[in-house]
Amino acid sequence: MALWICCRYAVMIPRNLDLFNLMLPAIDVRQARKRYGQLQALDGVDLRIEQGEFFGLLGPNGAGKTTLINLLAGLALPDDGQLSVLGHDVVKQYRASRRLLGVVPQELVFDPFFTVRETLRMQSGFFGLRHNDTWIDEVMHHLDLTDKADTNMRRLSGGMKRRVLVAQALVHKPPVIVLDEPTAGVDVELRQSLWRFIQQLNRDGHTILLTTHYLEEAEALCTRIAMLKHGRIVALDSTLNLLRSLAGCRVRLKIAGYLPATLLPQVVEQAEGDYLLTLPSYQALESMLAELRVAGTTVQEMTLQQPDLEEVFLRLVGRTVQ
Amino acid sequence: MWKVGFQTVLAPVLTALLYLLIFSYVLAQHVEVYPGVHYTAFLIPGLMMMAMLQNAFANSSSSLIQSKITGNIVFVLLAPIAYWEFFAAYVLASMLRGLVVGIGVYLAALWFAQPPLLFPIWIILFAVLGSAMLGSLGVVAGMWAEKFDQLAGFQNFIIMPLTFLSGVFYSIHSLPPFWQALSRFNPFFYMIDGFRYGFFGVSDISPWVSLMVAGGCMLGLTLLSLGLLKSGYKLRY
Repeated sequence: MALWICCRYAVMIPRNLDLFNLMLPAIDVRQARKRYGQLQALDGVDLRIEQGEFFGLLGPNGAGKTTLINLLAGLALPDDGQLSVLGHDVVKQYRASRRLLGVVPQELVFDPFFTVRETLRMQSGFFGLRHNDTWIDEVMHHLDLTDKADTNMRRLSGGMKRRVLVAQALVHKPPVIVLDEPTAGVDVELRQSLWRFIQQLNRDGHTILLTTHYLEEAEALCTRIAMLKHGRIVALDSTLNLLRSLAGCRVRLKIAGYLPATLLPQVVEQAEGDYLLTLPSYQALESMLAELRVAGTTVQEMTLQQPDLEEVFLRLVGRTVQ
Repeated sequence: MWKVGFQTVLAPVLTALLYLLIFSYVLAQHVEVYPGVHYTAFLIPGLMMMAMLQNAFANSSSSLIQSKITGNIVFVLLAPIAYWEFFAAYVLASMLRGLVVGIGVYLAALWFAQPPLLFPIWIILFAVLGSAMLGSLGVVAGMWAEKFDQLAGFQNFIIMPLTFLSGVFYSIHSLPPFWQALSRFNPFFYMIDGFRYGFFGVSDISPWVSLMVAGGCMLGLTLLSLGLLKSGYKLRY
């Protein structure tokens, strides 16, 4: 009987552990708070990012995006709350959590004494990886850095330095990758190749957490998005739902006749019979057309414009859409 | 260290040799600090220790401040490294530079004089302890400083006076009583005196006392560094 139990557990435990690991969120943040002097940088943030997600973290400058990333990476210590990476607490189990996390910092930082290859070898050493050249070569190949392998970091352009930062974050093959404004100041070609590589990593099962100011990037890449404002999450949903629920829609109308007074508050542009209106939702379209019919106004042309994340973003951060 | 070997090893060796050249030529005929010990030979251990202390301090402090200012400290902070491993890495690197510079000064100085090596154990003990202590002090200074100016102030107003007033160029017995008493509050004095004992078998005070004082300072600085690193002082905000 004892033997049977032992055998049973020997078989069961690894399976249960695998299942358990799969169910763990890639990133779990509970009531994270951080204050710098008078500034409450994070004010009780709750966030759960599942494994394999491409997640966007948006917000205006000073919203708390980088603070949240710093807490996850151990670059700052939380005042309160719990943060974990694949179930490992970032403070109590920092060794495990940092091994699972690859961070691309926002600033273009580098050690001026080393070449690209030496930089990547050094970074591997920080993670206890002594013979990592095969993977380093692969990462450099994907990031078009092979030609620059023996070039000193000081001689690289800004875009190339950015690629090295990405490579540094990947030397230890982390399952969770955090990119803090990775395409800031980067040319279009590099941006495209960088995103192709990051998307490939995501398809291979890596979880991606991205902060960016390029909203079209977040819209195109991220499956879910959280928006931060004054250290709080003000929106958290799939990209599609956010676009549907908050942006409403824009309608460009060319009409014969007059626009009823009830619709005037929704006009954002106007030029000789041409109107651009913002509606709170697609449902409002029906009532707008009804009002035009009642007024006896004929619609000559009507174009619906797709909402974009910028409108959602601006609405959430409290600015007016121009 | 080797990539910038001219600056980190050869330059301090050359500086020490210049001190040796000038002071030995000027004072060798006028001064005999210990009976039977030529002044040039007397200078060599002091200059070795001075070079070791200054370079061990410079290594950890400048590595840290440079990484902080350029921002690449982030790569070390992101790694799964414990605070005590961080400390050990910086201090061991400082010790290595200190010892390499010390050996370099010794080898170059042999051209001027050949001091005896009566008690190599004491020599090694104080060389290791001195480099480790200043490496540790360098970690504290590097963490505290936010710009190069502050570090230069630390170096010029604390390290340099303590080194020069520690008996590198003289025995404290040649000082007036007030300065003699004051020298006994200088931990660098104990390291140089104990180190010199290893060469000549004579010293201003017992090498055991020097060992206790240097060991106590090392312990205090280690605990201070570890405490600051554990709290993330000026590193993890």
